[in-house]
Amino acid sequence: MSIFMLHLHAWIHALASSALGHALWMVVPVLVVFPALFAVTTLLERKGLGRIQNRYGPNRAGPWGLLQPMADAIKALTKEDVVPEAADRLVHFCAPVLMVLSAFLVYAVVPVSRTWVVAPLRAGVLFFFAAGSLMEIAVFMAGWSSRSQYSLLGAMRALAQMISYEIPLVLSAMVAVMAAGSLSMVEIVRRQAGYSGIWPHWFVLTPWGLAGFVLFLIAATAESNRSPFDLPEGESEIIAGYYIEYSGFKFALFFLAEYLGMFAISALGITLFLGGWSAPFAFLTWIPSWIWFFAKLLALIAGFIWIRGTLPRLRMDQLMRFAWEFLLPLTLCHLFVAGVWKFFPTGAARWLGCAGVLLAVYWLLGRRLEQSGGLARRTYHFAE
Amino acid sequence: MSGEFFLAAGLTVAGALAAMILRNLIHCVLALVAGFAGLAVIYLQLGAQFVGLAQIFVYAGAVAILAAFVILLTQGVEHRTRPAAVLDWVVGALLACGVFAMLAWAIAKSVQFLPQATQRPDAGVRAIGNAMLHQFVLPLEVVGLLLTAALIGAVLTAMRDEEAGA
Repeated sequence: MSIFMLHLHAWIHALASSALGHALWMVVPVLVVFPALFAVTTLLERKGLGRIQNRYGPNRAGPWGLLQPMADAIKALTKEDVVPEAADRLVHFCAPVLMVLSAFLVYAVVPVSRTWVVAPLRAGVLFFFAAGSLMEIAVFMAGWSSRSQYSLLGAMRALAQMISYEIPLVLSAMVAVMAAGSLSMVEIVRRQAGYSGIWPHWFVLTPWGLAGFVLFLIAATAESNRSPFDLPEGESEIIAGYYIEYSGFKFALFFLAEYLGMFAISALGITLFLGGWSAPFAFLTWIPSWIWFFAKLLALIAGFIWIRGTLPRLRMDQLMRFAWEFLLPLTLCHLFVAGVWKFFPTGAARWLGCAGVLLAVYWLLGRRLEQSGGLARRTYHFAE
Repeated sequence: MSGEFFLAAGLTVAGALAAMILRNLIHCVLALVAGFAGLAVIYLQLGAQFVGLAQIFVYAGAVAILAAFVILLTQGVEHRTRPAAVLDWVVGALLACGVFAMLAWAIAKSVQFLPQATQRPDAGVRAIGNAMLHQFVLPLEVVGLLLTAALIGAVLTAMRDEEAGA
């Protein structure tokens, strides 16, 4: 028995030190942990939204409805896969595959803990956005190949939104890249992992970092098509948008990709502004780094659920106006402020100056947005 | 010339060919995306991480989507029965041969002036940024000006349409 265990131990050791073993050791946890998190999140989201809307949420499958994700998975697996007669079959099939592929690809560069990052690329942030942009193609493929007005409308909405919000998203991420002087996500976290006294060097604790984090979160909400930016799916108007013509497991794949995308973009936000896996206080560094990462991730997910339960959906013209007339100038100014911050000596003057400029620009842009009537009630010529 | 190179090159050429031959314009755009991806893989193999990823981000992401947008917003192109590549074979072939000959000549000529590469050139973000903002700052500014002019032109065209429509 003990000889067998010894052999097994030696075999595992040899496997772990080989290249294939290394890849398995790094990749398999990503493929297991994040889908598991997806299952948990669907339950938490439905429970949380239920509480916000003064009802119970799922409570029939298992104790407190805990087995609901299982029931959902079995339902998705056993449902009939219906493909519309007029659909472009090949493209219709490829769309969910490409969607899930790109959703998983981005996790390659996310540093989950001190040692766990699948591919520590030098241009990690760029890889993240490049792999994420494949999702837009997948959305377009899904919407177009279904040959349905609803799905095409949803795809066009999704693309207009994703392209518009990608600019503020990338620009607000660039601020952290600029401060760290590197596109590598591992390096960006390492820059924030030090402490002054008990306080960490997270970028979110500076005026430009806080503004950048908020801007990033807004753009990230839009980029992952979540409420209040969920026009591409708008259940009450275009039913489910670009994936209306998908059923069974293909639908589940879209659902999975959407949540994986949300986790990934939260992970990027954590990496860029919240210090990645580093502990919030110097005396808490004894807790394993991956626990901190997942704690921050769960906190951000809770925030996303809260926002979804609180804010109503925007209108299309409001959405576009908000991106181009408010977020874009604000992120450009914010980029400038972060550059100024880098070249000024440390002190209260730098802190107050940068925060003042950001607040002033925020106030001016907000006033302009309000006065231009972009958010006011709209009169329709052909409806009502 | 490894197997990976031929895979990537095959993907690029097949994507470009399909983009030219296919009848459905949306299929052409999707094939073009595959071609862009193959090109990006070649860049990545050459060690140019930034250029390769930017190729995917800008071309496969943004440019292809814009092309798809334009196709969908332009009415009546979906039911075209004739492939795009039948118009004038002779002129097309002559043009293609001319462009290829010029490129081949330029590349063949430039090789003898370049020093033999003994190590991988640094194509990192820092090197590209330094090159763009020091040595090649004037071309960069000119391109920026050109793009701004194109953008203003596009906005003006769109505005005039709207006024006429209302």
